[in-house]
Amino acid sequence: MYLRSDGREPQMSNRLALRIAIFGGVALTLFVVLFVRLWLLQVASGEEHLAEANSNRTREFRVRAPRGEILDRDGEVLVSNRTSLALQLNPAKLPADEAERRRELKELAELTHTTLPKVEETIDEQEEISPGAPVTLRRDVGDYLVYYVEENQERFPGVAVERVFVRRYPQGMLAAHTLGSVGEVSPKELKEARFRGVEPGDQVGKEGVEDTYDGFLRGVPGLTRIQVDAFGQPTAGGQLVSRSPTPGKNMRLTIDLDLQEAGDAALSEQGLYGGYVAMDVRNGEILAMGSNPSFDPAVLTSPTQKQVNALYRDPVASPLTNRAIAGAYPTGSTFKPITSIAALASGEVTPSEEIYDDGVFTLGGIDFKNAGGVSHGSIAMQRALTVSSDVYYYTLGDRLYPGTELQRWARRLGIGRESGIDVPGELPGLLPTPAWRNELYREKLTDRPWSAGDNVNLSVGQGDLQASPLQMAIAYATIANGGQVPRPHLGLQVEDAAGRVLRELEFPSTREVRIDPEWRDVILAGLHDAAQSGEGTSYYVFGGFPVDVAGKTGTAERDGYEDQSWYVVLAPYPDPEIVVAVTFEQGGFGADTAAPAALKIFSEHFHKEATEVDAGAAAVE
Amino acid sequence: MYATRTRQARPEAFAVRPSIAERLGLPYMDGTLALSAVALAVFSVFTLSQATTGDVPGSPDYFVDRQAIYAGLGVVGMYLLTRIDYSRFRELRVGIYTFLCVSISLVFVFGFAARGSRRAFDLPFFSFQPSELGKLLLVLALAGFVIDGARRGSEVQRTVRYLCLGLAPAALVFLQPDLGTSLVFVVVTLAVMYVGGVPWTHFAVIGSVLAALVTVVLVIAPAAGVPLLKGYQEERLTSFLDPAKDPSGAGYQQDQSQTAIGSGQLTGRGDHATQTRLDFVPERHTDFIFAVIGERYGFAGAAFVLSLYALLIWRALRIVTLSKNSYGTLVAGGIAAMLLFQVFVNVGMNLGIMPITGIPLPLLSYGGSSVLATFLAVGVLQSIHMQARLSQKGGFAW
Repeated sequence: MYLRSDGREPQMSNRLALRIAIFGGVALTLFVVLFVRLWLLQVASGEEHLAEANSNRTREFRVRAPRGEILDRDGEVLVSNRTSLALQLNPAKLPADEAERRRELKELAELTHTTLPKVEETIDEQEEISPGAPVTLRRDVGDYLVYYVEENQERFPGVAVERVFVRRYPQGMLAAHTLGSVGEVSPKELKEARFRGVEPGDQVGKEGVEDTYDGFLRGVPGLTRIQVDAFGQPTAGGQLVSRSPTPGKNMRLTIDLDLQEAGDAALSEQGLYGGYVAMDVRNGEILAMGSNPSFDPAVLTSPTQKQVNALYRDPVASPLTNRAIAGAYPTGSTFKPITSIAALASGEVTPSEEIYDDGVFTLGGIDFKNAGGVSHGSIAMQRALTVSSDVYYYTLGDRLYPGTELQRWARRLGIGRESGIDVPGELPGLLPTPAWRNELYREKLTDRPWSAGDNVNLSVGQGDLQASPLQMAIAYATIANGGQVPRPHLGLQVEDAAGRVLRELEFPSTREVRIDPEWRDVILAGLHDAAQSGEGTSYYVFGGFPVDVAGKTGTAERDGYEDQSWYVVLAPYPDPEIVVAVTFEQGGFGADTAAPAALKIFSEHFHKEATEVDAGAAAVE
Repeated sequence: MYATRTRQARPEAFAVRPSIAERLGLPYMDGTLALSAVALAVFSVFTLSQATTGDVPGSPDYFVDRQAIYAGLGVVGMYLLTRIDYSRFRELRVGIYTFLCVSISLVFVFGFAARGSRRAFDLPFFSFQPSELGKLLLVLALAGFVIDGARRGSEVQRTVRYLCLGLAPAALVFLQPDLGTSLVFVVVTLAVMYVGGVPWTHFAVIGSVLAALVTVVLVIAPAAGVPLLKGYQEERLTSFLDPAKDPSGAGYQQDQSQTAIGSGQLTGRGDHATQTRLDFVPERHTDFIFAVIGERYGFAGAAFVLSLYALLIWRALRIVTLSKNSYGTLVAGGIAAMLLFQVFVNVGMNLGIMPITGIPLPLLSYGGSSVLATFLAVGVLQSIHMQARLSQKGGFAW
């Protein structure tokens, strides 16, 4: 092209022609480079770039689903939701400039009544848990703050206000331990199979029923996929997909709100730490359950430092501990029906065999005395329960030594093991056995091996024994049932928002122990007299109650504390439907604090009041 | 059109009555060159009309209208230059060179600052950027100096003189700061010298010095704690080597641009384009307009545009060989190099193989100064072509 053949350009020297040819060659090469690159980008890897472009322009927003409500057995609302405004920060959109960033965070800290280091700490924590997700700076912000932030958007890049659901507790602190709480899912929980589909920042059940039935209550978040521009701003008409959130299902519990109210009131009135359980003996439905001191579940969502200290850093009061299922106390004389079953089943005693109670039982030179040192004379089992003769049961405990029938029966009746109740936090307590103590002795953690004295102590619920109100309720219910061990539970049924039952929760009894009806009758008769005959230990509490009951007081010595007060009672006698177990730390005599609390629960349950009785003839433990 | 004096004698011109086309000089123009230039401008207006409707609130055709006016003015300017004998510019070289340096210098005084750099005057209707027209002016003046001084001084002296003449305005532009345009000035200078016959050995020396300079500016000086380039300049120059290194920083634009072009695939995404429509690619109407074309019209559209440029540059190179005198050869060579360099650097930057230097894509990027200057450059090429054809015809004018 450059070297023209027509020879019209004499000035075109060969040197110039060469240079221009090279120029043309360079141009050709550069164009080839551009074309090849264009081909590689668009045709060879166009698919990838298209996918990249598509992920670039879309953002998915999760629309939180409200959690289901928690209802009592009659449909009364125990936990519902309210909407709340939360101030959220997208750390990726904070100003890149360090000073600007500090300025904004500082201002946000002031607005949310905290400090700059706190805000930074929150962001760091959240970033670690779920990088890239918005950080909730503060829940429940007031409208004024929302308006302020929205009107000054340019000063708060990355800050948004989101409407979130917050748990509402119309009954206040009622049944706080049972209901539990919700909170942001933890990194550890995210790895659990049961939290599949949960994303960082989502709320899940943390304790109590909220935790156990989280799968029903949680709901499915909605999804909105929208098109955004390079600044993350939604573009007009850019809604691509939308799936509305599915609210969680409602949980109906076995709890009876009225009974729960009565129980919680009876407990807190005493001003003592303690717990109680009211259970249907026939099917294990927990009608009421509580622990004192309690807490306000609404506070758990965002406690102040003072509240944190009170909730988490007080090992004595430990308000978050549910003493009804995690309390571990010696049970005192309430253990005697268990000893009775063990002795009867192992043939060490018959219901009618009389044992002479002179007030003192001597073993290996040590005197074990009745309370107050009184002598009850020759007594059989029924009367031994009525007057709560310690000597009678010391004798049985001695007879059951060196075997382990006492421990085996106690375990069968639910002592020293978890019941499997459908809320977390249950403790097995401690059922002292020869193997346990001897093991400790081998490890030099105790000064002596198992001895007859241990068995004697256990026979009256003393010594190393530790049990919870729930365990005692189960033991009494099993005796009353004639051997059927109920499975305690709180979940009744799963419902939709309209109240239609989606699923009935079944908790069939899985264990049965052999209890002779004669033994049951003798024990219940003894307990009935103990509560309502003139010489019974809790006569002056239950003597005037119009419903026949069968109850046993317990007063257990605890090292370094005042006596542990217990009362476990079944009603109506002789075919009990309900069992109530109450215990108070440092409550003194069982009849003094625990029994009156149990009476209040029964009064509510049977809608009957007790009349005053003359307590003069009543026996003491 | 007023009469244009040519060097040829004219008596026979009146012997035959020329047709209207002949009167307009159309047979002597390079039709392919004119068509490819106009086609690129039309494509620019078309692209802007589809891609920038929402850019200026309340005025959807803001860029379209203006670009169309610039292109129209450009076509008129191109035609006017076609009818002027380019050789006049050789005589006016000192005036042109002075105007070039003064206009660029005046920007420092009267220019308005945009994004930290003073490049343009704010005129009533548009902002005029002297350095854009300056590329062409430098070609015209420098080619004149080269012809003029072809016999003065030793070869080395001449090379140094050309370099100084070319690098002085380049330095001024660099100080605005406008790194990209100053590089165009340097390339134009080298191209004119190359076509002008400066010995290979001199280019070897210049090449080594340049390589050393780049090393000093980018590696040694920063290491010694004396940064010569502004931080963003250095980042832009080096980030293309590894755009994924910092996808949100300087590499971001190129990353997004490549994604945009790649996502266009064979036939483009049309109005479903997202990368260039939703602001992921910045400067979509100027420096990154090629990304818009790539995403919207796919390989088909982008290759079409590249082909038009190939055509344009091929015609420019052809005119280099056609020119009736050395001045025309040098001017055409300088313009061809100017176009080639700008196209390659801009498209290469869009495709992620060249650094971001802020060089507009001739005729396609929105901008009055650039569009006008490019059309005028094409007009000069046409003038060379026309004069060559006229001289071939045996000195016939009209």
